[in-house]
Amino acid sequence: MDTSWYVVLSAFIFCIGAAGVMTRRSPLVVLLCLELMLNAGNLALIAFSRMLGNEEGQIFALIVIVVAACEVVIGLGIIVGMFRRRLPIDVDQMNELRG
Amino acid sequence: MLFEQILFFLAGFGAIAGALGVVMLRNPFFSVLALVTHLIALAVLFLLLRADFLAAAQVVVYAGAVMVLYVFVVAYVGDSDTPLRPADGGLMNAFGPLAALAIFVEITVAVVGSSLSGLGGRGPEVDARYGSPEAIGDLLLTKFLIPFEAASFLLLLAAVAAVVLARKRRGLEDLDAPREATG
Repeated sequence: MDTSWYVVLSAFIFCIGAAGVMTRRSPLVVLLCLELMLNAGNLALIAFSRMLGNEEGQIFALIVIVVAACEVVIGLGIIVGMFRRRLPIDVDQMNELRG
Repeated sequence: MLFEQILFFLAGFGAIAGALGVVMLRNPFFSVLALVTHLIALAVLFLLLRADFLAAAQVVVYAGAVMVLYVFVVAYVGDSDTPLRPADGGLMNAFGPLAALAIFVEITVAVVGSSLSGLGGRGPEVDARYGSPEAIGDLLLTKFLIPFEAASFLLLLAAVAAVVLARKRRGLEDLDAPREATG
């Protein structure tokens, strides 16, 4: 398959994720949509890496996976903290980080 | 090459269906399961692009470890069966999908209209070593040693931060009590 197919597919997945971030309100689903966007970026990186014939884009994608794992840990920690303090699980009502 | 095309379209539809499922399913638990489908379909695409090690890492790290974390948190927070588009959503509900569509059109036009000559082909022929754990490890420990070490520090920081965020604090039962050691 041509590289452009992969890039267009990755753009489509990125946009689905962006639409989810903009419309959904549960922070859990917003985090899932962020994962979608990061994965779309990974797909584009690997497609370009194949196009150029070297593995450097794959290293970049590997680092993105690491960063995504860190982001998930912190995000889920914040959601668990919100739940324990009985705050509403809704991103629209979250407008301060303090207590 | 026909086999490759069939596999691309199957995995591509799987990835798109999984992504749509994440956004459109009401129950967060089903959203997580849709994301697992999406990640496995993406791993197939990675294999088609000859990124063998990354496909394995995707399945083990993402679809395995990270998604288990999500499932635990969804089970802990409970089934907040939220409505997909709340009535008081305002402008964001109407313009969110439109803005996403605009981004898609923009990226597609930018990619198709660009003069990158490599976009029309499959890329150069590569040997069997391309994308193998050996090649990735070689690059990580020579040319990309500093990003590798930075990633390990980032993981350490995230682990410490998760412990700090999740530890038991005194005064949590009584929410009105002053908390001196927050954070």
